[in-house]
Amino acid sequence: MQSFKAAATTNPDMFCHSSFFLRGDDCNSRNQTRFPDLGELDHPAAAFHHDDAFDLSPSSIFSLKSNNVGVVANTLHYGALNTSIGATAIVSSGTGCLDTGQFMYQKGATFGASLGNGHIENWADSGLADNSQQTDTSTDVDTDHKNQLHGVQLGAVMVDSVDQSKSKSGDQKTLRRLAQNREAARKSRLRKKAYVQQLESSRLRLTELEQELQRARQQGIFIASGLSGDHGHTVAGNAALAFDMEYGRWLDEHQRLINDLRSAVNSHMGDNELCILVGGVMAHYDEVFRLKSIGAKADVFHMLSGMWKTPAERCFMWLGGFRSSELLKILGNHLEPLTDQQLMGICNLQQSSQQAEDALSQGMEALQQSLVDTLSSASLGPSASGNVADYMGQMAIAMGKLATLENFLHQADLLRQQTLQQMHRILTTRQAARALLVFSDYTSRLRALSSLWLARPRN
Amino acid sequence: MHCQTGSWGSYVPTTRTTVGDPLERIERLASENAVVIFSISSCCMCHAIKRLFCGMGVNPTVYELDQDPRGKDMEKALMRLLGSSPAVPVVFIGGKLVGTMDRVMASHINGTLVPLLKQAGALWL
Repeated sequence: MQSFKAAATTNPDMFCHSSFFLRGDDCNSRNQTRFPDLGELDHPAAAFHHDDAFDLSPSSIFSLKSNNVGVVANTLHYGALNTSIGATAIVSSGTGCLDTGQFMYQKGATFGASLGNGHIENWADSGLADNSQQTDTSTDVDTDHKNQLHGVQLGAVMVDSVDQSKSKSGDQKTLRRLAQNREAARKSRLRKKAYVQQLESSRLRLTELEQELQRARQQGIFIASGLSGDHGHTVAGNAALAFDMEYGRWLDEHQRLINDLRSAVNSHMGDNELCILVGGVMAHYDEVFRLKSIGAKADVFHMLSGMWKTPAERCFMWLGGFRSSELLKILGNHLEPLTDQQLMGICNLQQSSQQAEDALSQGMEALQQSLVDTLSSASLGPSASGNVADYMGQMAIAMGKLATLENFLHQADLLRQQTLQQMHRILTTRQAARALLVFSDYTSRLRALSSLWLARPRN
Repeated sequence: MHCQTGSWGSYVPTTRTTVGDPLERIERLASENAVVIFSISSCCMCHAIKRLFCGMGVNPTVYELDQDPRGKDMEKALMRLLGSSPAVPVVFIGGKLVGTMDRVMASHINGTLVPLLKQAGALWL
């Protein structure tokens, strides 16, 4: 496109004008009479790309000669065209001056194929009619506005200026047609301009939003890491945001590690190298537990709420994460074949993780019951207004109980971490690799399920 | 499953003087039963650990420090022993210190807790 501008034309988008299309129907009969030596041109189906254009400048292509324009195809590579059409090829009825802005040509091969006998209709004129230069060609082109949307196949425009006499008979029609084409070209240009403007403004808006987001994130991290203790609400909010961001990054890295592991397993990598990859994934899991522990210290309710997970994950969450007892159920018989010792180890792990989970769950229930007791103590009710000290005392007790939430979350994460580690210990490298892949795939699918669910059509 | 609490023998008078220091008392108490848990009655994590052992079929001996006159001292002694707060719950098996909730859970998951219990006679096959 740039080159067109450089060519000092006002209409860089000329080339997409429909007038450049060649059509068979109407022109045929007329053309038959005028251009007996040319056959019919079909429209090849290649699409038009802006990038493909062409540094055509009128001056380099055309030399205007009185009424007639001879087109010299210097810059246009039309080997095929030349051979089939001949150097003087062409189109016009002969009388008009062909004012060419830019036009498009299709590259090499297809062109040759499409030319057939090399009949090229004089599409160029009408499109060029809008050019600043003179436009009173009498060439005969019938164009279809709709065609321009499908890309433009342009043949070369070569105007044969020899047969002037033939043009006089079709002058009126030609002028009308030219006017129509001018109009169409103008509308098309306006449409394109509007579209480009829309794109530009969207792009600007996008960069604005990205910058805003970047700033907000940086602020969030800054405040979260520099916790001063005041503005508790904002601090907690920023901590939540900071964790969400870190978790997002962790997920991306996790996916990358898993992909590497997957390709390693599929390519039957040796155990030594595989061991390193498996170790990498395990170490990365340790990292998420570390992040969660930092997040819990800053905002335990955010961690327990699971708002940093997708809805489906959140629904089946237990104490801020996945159920360790479920991990082994997910693995199922993907781990087979197992030795007897391994089988026993897996069964014991299943049982102990289940027991630990139940114990922590019951502890949480006790915590909730205890809070209920504290908050609904005797000082509430009609006599509540009287005893502020009592109220404050009860609140202090309740605060103490709430503080144990962080410990429960910590124990739950430890349980998850240890279950993963024990599983790693029991299994061989290859089995462990498979297990990690299965578990990761399960989680990904659960996440995908959330997206699908949210996007489902509703009536 | 009923977990017995605070019973270290009916012949010992409850008003026994504080001859020994709290740590000694703790160790003595810990060695008297296969599984000993020092707890606080209002602590929910202690409740969780009790339920863990009961769920395994173990019958631990539990001492509620908030119900013991020398409980405060013992709690402080335990904090010194563990090097961290909170002091409870803390578990002794076969007279040896196992640790707090995370140690107990870790040993259960990695399969060392059950053999330890069997060795101490708290679990039978």
